[in-house]
Amino acid sequence: MHELGVTQNILAIALRHAEEAGATRITRLSLVVGELSSIVDDSVQFYWDLIATGTLAEGATLEFRRVPAMLRCNDCRHEFRMDYESFLCPRCGGSHVAIAGGEEFYLESIDVDLPAPV
Amino acid sequence: MPNIPVVETILNVNDQLAEKNRAIFDRAGLLALNVMASPGGGKTSVIARIIDTLRDEARIGVMDGDIVALDLEGFAAQGIPVSLINTGGNCHLDANMVHSALPTMDLDALDLLIIENVGNLICPAAFKLGSHLNVVIASVPEGSDKPYKYPAMFRGADVLLLNKMDLAAYMDFDVDYFRYGVEVLNPGVAFFPISCRTGEGLDAWHAWLRARLAEKIQARA
Repeated sequence: MHELGVTQNILAIALRHAEEAGATRITRLSLVVGELSSIVDDSVQFYWDLIATGTLAEGATLEFRRVPAMLRCNDCRHEFRMDYESFLCPRCGGSHVAIAGGEEFYLESIDVDLPAPV
Repeated sequence: MPNIPVVETILNVNDQLAEKNRAIFDRAGLLALNVMASPGGGKTSVIARIIDTLRDEARIGVMDGDIVALDLEGFAAQGIPVSLINTGGNCHLDANMVHSALPTMDLDALDLLIIENVGNLICPAAFKLGSHLNVVIASVPEGSDKPYKYPAMFRGADVLLLNKMDLAAYMDFDVDYFRYGVEVLNPGVAFFPISCRTGEGLDAWHAWLRARLAEKIQARA
C-alpha cells in the first residue's frame, strides 16, 4: 500500500538508466514483485500513470513478474509455496522452515528507443 | 527496441529520510523505539510502564502519532517531554512526519525516545522512521493467527511483546501456534509475554530494554 513513494523511485531509476543510454523513450519496465514485499501492482500502475506523464517514460508499459512467497524446510530441503495458515513442510511435516523467497522488489530491466545512428 | 538491464532494488523515498533521522538520533546519542500494535493492543500502556520503571535511570521522551493528545497528557503531567504528531487521520507515521517533529524536542537531553505509532498492523511495517528498534506488541484477545496474517509486521520486529497475558485463561489463544509463526518469520527474535495490567513479565522485558539502553549509552563514549 502507499505505493507513491516507491513508484517515484521506479521512475527515477528508469530515467537515470535511460538517460545514461541516451534513450529517447522508455517503452517498457520489467518489475519483479515478491508476494511478501507489501507492494500492490495495481497501486503502482495507478501512481505510474499519474507521474510518468511528461517524462521519457510517458506511456511506458509496466510489466510485473510476481514471485510467490516461498519457504524452505531445513530438515528435508524441500522448497514450497508459503501456506499462510500453517508454515509446516508439506513433504516431511517438519517445522524448521525459513523464508526462501518472495521479498523481492526490483526493477529488472527497461526497454527503450535509441536515436537512429547518424 | 533495446533492453537495458537494471537490476536495482526499489526503495521507498521514505527510507532515505529515515536514514537522516537515524543519523540525528545517533548524534544525540539516544535510543529510539518505534512502538507498533493494533489499536488497543497496549502501546500506550507499554510506554507508561517503561516510564514508571525507568524514569529515574534514563531521560525519556515520547512522541505520539495520533489525532488527539489523550495518550500524552498523563506523561506530560509527570514531566516527561512529549510531542504530538498530528497524523490528521493518516494510517501510519512516516520518516517525514517524525523529521518535522524532531525540532520540538531537545534530543540531546534524552537517553530514550519512544515513538508511539498509529494503531495498525499493516502500514507502519512499510515505513521506517529511522528508529533503532521496532517494538511490536501483539495481545492475547487479538488471536494467535496474527503473525500469519501480518507477516511483514512480525518479520520486521526487533522485539515482540505479547500483552494481556492475564486474559489467557479466558481466550482460546494457542501460544505454540503464535510463537511458531513468529519463529519462522523472525528467527530468534526477543519475545516477552507480559501483562501491563498485572505487571507479569515486565521485569524481563525491561531488563532487555535496559541492556539495549546501556549499549547505546556506552557507544556515546
